[in-house]
Amino acid sequence: MSELLSTQQIDQFKTRLAALEHPRELVVDLLLAVQENHGWVPDRGVELVAGMLGLTPLEVEEIATFYDKIYRRPVGRYPIHICDSVCCWSRGGEAIAAHLQQVLGIGMGETTADGLFTLLPTCCLGGCGRAPAIMVGRRFYGPLQTADVDRILAELRREATS
Amino acid sequence: MKRTPQLLFKNRRPGETVWLRDYEQTGGYQGLKKALRELQPEQLRALVKDSGLRGRGGAGFPTGVKWSFFPADQPGPKYLICNCDEMEPGTYKDGELLQADPHQLIEGMIIAAYALQTESGYIFIRYAYREQFDHLRRALAEATAAGYLGRNILGSGFSFELHVHGSAGRYILGEETALLNGLEGKRPNPRSKPPFPAVRGLFGRPTTVNNVETLANIQHIVNGGAAWFKGLALTAKGAGTKLYGLSGHLERTECFELPVGIGLRELIADYGGGVWRGRNFKSCLPGGASTPFLSAAELDVQLDYQTLEAVGSRFGTGCVTVFDDRTCMVAVTLNLTRFFARESCGWCTPCRDGLPQVAWLLEKIETGQGTMDDLQLLKSQQRNISGTSFCALADGAMGPVDGLLRLFEQELIDHIQKGACPFERNQASGLRSQV
Ligand SMILES: Cc1cc2nc3c(=O)[nH]c(=O)nc-3n(C[C@H](O)[C@H](O)[C@H](O)COP(=O)(O)O)c2cc1C
Ligand code: SF4
Ligand code: FES
Repeated sequence: MSELLSTQQIDQFKTRLAALEHPRELVVDLLLAVQENHGWVPDRGVELVAGMLGLTPLEVEEIATFYDKIYRRPVGRYPIHICDSVCCWSRGGEAIAAHLQQVLGIGMGETTADGLFTLLPTCCLGGCGRAPAIMVGRRFYGPLQTADVDRILAELRREATS
Repeated sequence: MKRTPQLLFKNRRPGETVWLRDYEQTGGYQGLKKALRELQPEQLRALVKDSGLRGRGGAGFPTGVKWSFFPADQPGPKYLICNCDEMEPGTYKDGELLQADPHQLIEGMIIAAYALQTESGYIFIRYAYREQFDHLRRALAEATAAGYLGRNILGSGFSFELHVHGSAGRYILGEETALLNGLEGKRPNPRSKPPFPAVRGLFGRPTTVNNVETLANIQHIVNGGAAWFKGLALTAKGAGTKLYGLSGHLERTECFELPVGIGLRELIADYGGGVWRGRNFKSCLPGGASTPFLSAAELDVQLDYQTLEAVGSRFGTGCVTVFDDRTCMVAVTLNLTRFFARESCGWCTPCRDGLPQVAWLLEKIETGQGTMDDLQLLKSQQRNISGTSFCALADGAMGPVDGLLRLFEQELIDHIQKGACPFERNQASGLRSQV
């Protein structure tokens, strides 16, 4: 399991924090940095961030759990956010969601046994002109047909083993 | 098709981003120079007021009027914030602008900061706009190196520092007071208004929040003047151009810069390439997920604030989502209501408890389980929720429900009487669209 924040990152954040009148404005930055290293934010991550900001873990937790792109539970290496908002829905988003569930053999909120993929519904990705769309990690894909989904999954599997 | 002068999309090329040198070559940062050299802050605020520019983030408040409430002369820290949360379904114009031309926003913000005398600013940007976030960071570094940002900008004595804050999801962050809490690192529920952000905003200090597109217009107003800007619109009361992001059942779902006041029919036919698959227009959301539907009877409306209000809807974000004649409007409204219910921040009862109930009623009707009593309940819920929530999210959620009840009540009744959705499910949901 990777470390939550590298020593270098901790030093950089400390420098930034020291220059701020209101250090807690970096709470989302810190949580996202932990997530980038670790894949998700474990309890230890909440405690680490709280300690750096002089907050209680509970104060950090109520922020962490508000945002849907901060994962407080383990997710696969590639979290797949499937847009289910109206423009994607109007152009076949449900078929994309059904196809992903079928080929990966998992439901929404679940992770594949190999730890690679998690399926998560999401609201509009801001790519409504390229609907239907998904976001894998922070990469946007759209407009999609089911064949594109197969190609993307194959690419990601290749990327994961290389 | 008359060609519209391009201000905001002037530099846009498919797949490219304009950086500082190219931006300057097409007149970039001239507006800033002019503003700093020739105009006093109060003159700038008056200019923006005269231009008739209205906020492009959805509420449409006149920007100059908002700025006139701002205590620009009050000493101490004050903040200018750009709202690039852009999470209302159908809306993707700010993302397109920042993809193409990040300096445009930065220049607009520096001029706005000078007009409001704020020395510090933030650009708040949503999680999904990772590329735009990176573009902004690079453009900010370029602008700082060129002396457009930082201390004593271009020798004017005015200083402004600008930061980018990347968010982590949730539509409610776009509401300006929730955004302020988010920026402060607090749980981002909305705050009560008053006090308005101009009085007590970020860190308790005077703050103005404006949309990306609003701010990007400022240098064009400085360069071209208020009368010219007003004249760009096709309606008597309108002003400027608008970014129209098209989506839904159109042949071409792209984003165009066109005059405020363009006709809906023309937008759909000439720019959207018409309704897809040779089908007919049934309805649209004229300005994002929170704007009441229009029907084919309103196709001749001009897209502007007053004109859309006159037909019971709103200009909103100017991003139009079209539905063809095989679409079930109950299903569309159910999808929209589920979005709002899921994105509710949970702070107040009408929204937290009311929206799931509306979704449940719509689901019941859509699946053929609904009764005429459910229809009455739906109507009373719509009345109960409208105007009673703590922030505007739940009001916005009632926009499409209001449109459904006003324009498509017969469709609700058909579902109830038939005991099933009268539309072919595959076609209504678009499921067959991929074959
Ligand atoms: C639920 C909700 C979401 C909003 N989302 C956005 C948004 O993503 N972008 C935006 O500019 N304004 C959004 N607004 C409007 C802002 O509260 C605010 O009015 C706007 O940023 C002001 O800028 P403008 O006057 O330049 O339009 C939202 C409002 C509500 C109630
Ligand atoms: S209407 Fe109430 S519950 Fe809904 S988002 Fe606003 S404050 Fe939160
Ligand atoms: S509705 Fe899917 S990206 Fe906007």
